[in-house]
Amino acid sequence: MGRIVYGALAPHPPHLVYAENPPNNEPEAECGWETLRWGYERLRKALEGVDYDTIVVLSPHWQTYVGTHFLGVPHFRSLSVDPIFPNLFRYHYELDVDVPLAEAMCAAANEAGLVTQMMRNPDFRVDYGTIVSCHLTDPTWSKPIVSISSQRSAAYYSIEVMQEQMVALGRATAEAIAASDRNVVLLASESLSHRHFVAEPDVPEDMSAEHITNHHQYLWDMKLIDMLRTGRSQAVIDLMPEFTEQAVSESDSGALTWLLAALGVPDYPAELFGYGTVIGTGNAVMGWNPAQAGGAP
Amino acid sequence: MTADGTDRADRAEAGFVAGLIVPGLPHPLLCPDACEGYRAIADGFAEARALLERIDPDLLVVYSTMWPSIIGHQVQARPEPEWVHVDELFHHLGSMPYRFRIDAPFAHEVVHSAEARGLKARAIDYHGFPIDTGSVVALRLLNGDNRWPATILSSNVYADRAETVVFGKAVGDAVRTQGRRAAVIMVSTLSNRLFTDWVAPADDRVHSLKDDEWNRKILEFLGQGRLEDTAQLSREVHRQIRVPKVVNFKPMWWLSSALGAHNDYQGTVHAYGALHGTGAAVVSLVPSDGGIGLKEFDEDDVEVFRGDREVLA
Repeated sequence: MGRIVYGALAPHPPHLVYAENPPNNEPEAECGWETLRWGYERLRKALEGVDYDTIVVLSPHWQTYVGTHFLGVPHFRSLSVDPIFPNLFRYHYELDVDVPLAEAMCAAANEAGLVTQMMRNPDFRVDYGTIVSCHLTDPTWSKPIVSISSQRSAAYYSIEVMQEQMVALGRATAEAIAASDRNVVLLASESLSHRHFVAEPDVPEDMSAEHITNHHQYLWDMKLIDMLRTGRSQAVIDLMPEFTEQAVSESDSGALTWLLAALGVPDYPAELFGYGTVIGTGNAVMGWNPAQAGGAP
Repeated sequence: MTADGTDRADRAEAGFVAGLIVPGLPHPLLCPDACEGYRAIADGFAEARALLERIDPDLLVVYSTMWPSIIGHQVQARPEPEWVHVDELFHHLGSMPYRFRIDAPFAHEVVHSAEARGLKARAIDYHGFPIDTGSVVALRLLNGDNRWPATILSSNVYADRAETVVFGKAVGDAVRTQGRRAAVIMVSTLSNRLFTDWVAPADDRVHSLKDDEWNRKILEFLGQGRLEDTAQLSREVHRQIRVPKVVNFKPMWWLSSALGAHNDYQGTVHAYGALHGTGAAVVSLVPSDGGIGLKEFDEDDVEVFRGDREVLA
């Protein structure tokens, strides 16, 4: 019987990969966003003690207005260039997909009443949200992944409808994992507050220009983090419509709601590995370890 | 003298000589014969191509609502971008290989002109940069042989009317500075609500009667050459028939600003139909001496962008 062995809030600013200077990203940085990068370092350290087979990630940057899609090609090798920050992220990737698990999740979601689709086109370019979150979690791409799209029902209907669908998708994800033989790490690839600056410093990693866009966004970020650190996941889901609207949050993607639902709406604390801003947006790296449920924050 | 040091002799004819409005979803390119409606839209693209051949501009400027930007306005400047593109939603329809002929000096001129009007802008010149589906569809169907050089402009997600109008003027500045006869191609749906489940091509239709009626009203205006009248309706169009993915429905602002904010155009609706529920039209606008003329408009003209003045932050 498969298990969800870990869950993480794993934001995907390409700046973090840029600042890490991995050999497969073309641009080079001098420094930058260390509090978040060190947060990811702590996440990776936490995962060293976890035995897992597959990473499952839900990304806001694979936007599918017709249903939820799942990568369904066993292997990808290509170049990912960020459409917003191409000066920072031109990343050569090669990754494996756990297609049987993806198909199982797709079927379970379909059984739950959601519109679903497998993505079988071998020319498809994997979205940069998936790549950034997975790289920062597992830089050597040692594990196969399942990538799930964001179906944008917050825009088409309402945040409440998005929540209903993401809760259903989270439960279906958990059911499919339980019916498999995989130990799985889940990643919700999203920022918290998501209001960007519209200008970039001449040196992108000039940290004297980096801060939250406004105080209001910061207050919302801290509120959400505090609730997650104290195990109040259901309250976070309940607050999500207001948070999403007020903080212009990337939670409109459904990734965080999906993660919390798949984890069974944990009443145990998440561990905060790091918080920081990236071009004005608020980002937290946080982890949930079901095996340590009940531990102190 | 232009940003690249050239000084063209034919400035007397410089300016935008035609505007096109086209949809960006991939069906007319990848499955034009899946149903009569898709075929009609593909035929509309063919008519628009024939118009371009008659006018024979020396440059195509694509403004795509399907290329979002955050750091100002991005301008495609790679001379020969080449890739095999797959749409993130309609990937099952197939792949779209492309190799385009981009006018890099003009792209840099746009950046120069935009900055001169207070905007943030940057040229994009990277192998593998993800050119959006709408731009690929438009350039493949209208300029598949790369007869004319082109460039592509992004649509800034935070920009509202003032910034968008100024960006249109900046691109017009660049066209005149280089003495070009340019055609502009605006990639956008009218109503943008997709069906959220799969529909057979034969069953495809505009999502609702309301969307359809608004689309037809817009096309009535455009068919009469009333571009600025249509642009002035943008906020209402956004409220009525746009799923709010961005701050406002802005492509008509940009198009009218670039082509000329008036109603003196020869407008032709080459096709109108549905692409997975959205309102898809192919329209051409050619500047003419006659037309509806200027009216008293509700919204001001803007010449220079002075920032959001902390209103948004």
